[in-house]
Amino acid sequence: MQRRVAIIGVGYTPFRPITPDMSFKEMMFEAAQKAYEDAGVCPRKDIDAFVTCEEDFTHGRSIFNIHTPDNIGAVMKRIHTLPAESLYGLADAFMLINTGLVDVMAVESHSKASNMLTPDYLVAHAMDPVYNKPLGYNPYFIAGMEMNRYLHDSGVTREQCALVSVKNRANALLNPDAAYGDRIAMDDVLESETMFWPLNRLDMSSPADGGIVMVVACEEKARDLCDKPVWVRGVGWCSDAPSLETREWGEAVYARLAGEMAYRVAGVTNPRIEVDFAEVDDTFTYKELQHLEALKLCAPGQAGFMVEEGATQREGAFPVNVSGGSLGVGRLDEATGLQKVLEVVLQLRGEAGPRQLEDVSVGLAQSWRGVPANSGAVAILSNE
Amino acid sequence: MSEKIKSWPGTPLGEKEIKEKRILVTEWQPNLKYAWDTGAGYGRDFAELKKGKIVGTKCNKCRRTLLPARLFCEWCFRTADEWVYLKDTGTVNTFSVAYTGTAAERLKVPRIPALIEIDGSGGVAIMHLISDVDPWKVKIGMKVKAVWKPKQKREGAITDIDYWKPI
Ligand SMILES: [Zn+2]
Repeated sequence: MQRRVAIIGVGYTPFRPITPDMSFKEMMFEAAQKAYEDAGVCPRKDIDAFVTCEEDFTHGRSIFNIHTPDNIGAVMKRIHTLPAESLYGLADAFMLINTGLVDVMAVESHSKASNMLTPDYLVAHAMDPVYNKPLGYNPYFIAGMEMNRYLHDSGVTREQCALVSVKNRANALLNPDAAYGDRIAMDDVLESETMFWPLNRLDMSSPADGGIVMVVACEEKARDLCDKPVWVRGVGWCSDAPSLETREWGEAVYARLAGEMAYRVAGVTNPRIEVDFAEVDDTFTYKELQHLEALKLCAPGQAGFMVEEGATQREGAFPVNVSGGSLGVGRLDEATGLQKVLEVVLQLRGEAGPRQLEDVSVGLAQSWRGVPANSGAVAILSNE
Repeated sequence: MSEKIKSWPGTPLGEKEIKEKRILVTEWQPNLKYAWDTGAGYGRDFAELKKGKIVGTKCNKCRRTLLPARLFCEWCFRTADEWVYLKDTGTVNTFSVAYTGTAAERLKVPRIPALIEIDGSGGVAIMHLISDVDPWKVKIGMKVKAVWKPKQKREGAITDIDYWKPI
């Protein structure tokens, strides 16, 4: 049995650099309550299964999954936690509903990044302990090296990367839930501190807190409960080789393969024509361009020109990261992927307020797990 | 080794080899620090503990008192209705006599973790410690009372109650 799958409700808390007014439990509750209200469901009666996406180390608790059911109405119900990027959670819901095992499911992820006081050490802890760790670098050198190789291979320039930062931070000014909206110029990025050359401070996104919950349902339930279902037409995910020595540095292979899977599941044969807009991972400026190429959303080697010509701006031919992306919204740890999905859902429902795009029917959301990972997922969503 | 087996093939490794670095030894101390937001529920709870009071919240749908004080009921999935002060006396629901510390070390004086049902609360319990008693005299159903730290030593934490002792 292959069933269509739709997102029928979304709820979230505003994305902020710090959230001292709420515990993670209260954050999850608020996002969940809003999502269930939006979907018109009662979690205790109507939701069959739940998935939360949380990594123990980012939250500072081992076995974090034991702390999530109560906050989203999942006590005494089926729930599992993925220590993974949250787009994988949507993929889980897609599979469980598509195969007929579950009718209505909730997907949750949240960031309390501000509570992690030693974030670079946390990433360092992810490195190979005997082969890479003893070298003693701050692990974000990986982004610098990757950017260096990507610029070398693609011909994309640092100026073009800087324009991604300018665009996304300006987009965030139209998103009241974004934490880092700003009006900056290309030179501000180029003249900001060198962090991991060629990566400057304003090429990097900053962390933010926030919670997101989505209600996902089979077609029958979606039509019954929801006026504006957003269909999950396809999902895909992929991991490249983990070792720094053997992975691909210039190309985002994981994004290319995840995209190919999602396009195949969704029946998309020409993404540049069939997809109207995208929210892709922009943890660093070059990542947006690298991911656009990997996802075949531009001709090979054209991502830099696309941003330069304004094609990826909100008013452009192919808007990218209208929400502000991670550069403008803030990087939400595991919840980053769901934030991308959230923006696509709001746009497809026509509920994106001052940043609403006109005449959009198919959107793409893509996530990357972040340094030092090279894995990620893709979802293709449609309002038709 | 046994009667029949006098030695295993291969090179034995022990603490000596590790200490002398005769094998590859790499040491790494994770530097992971967190500052968790208490939020409104735990925040008020801890502020009241500092004042020598136990506060919970109440859900008027299932009529349960919730402790730790939290803003929502996980059964009914709705916002809690009110704050309620609770007594600092109760009944032992269950307990253990812990002779083992976290580093698996033997404790000469055992610790007695206990779940204590607060009097007059309809069954809500607090997770704490029992002390000042012969461990073998503790019983399920025993009446206990909180022993608070002196006011100036309280810091807004669960440890502001030093322990519970039988009455
Ligand atoms: Zn209740």
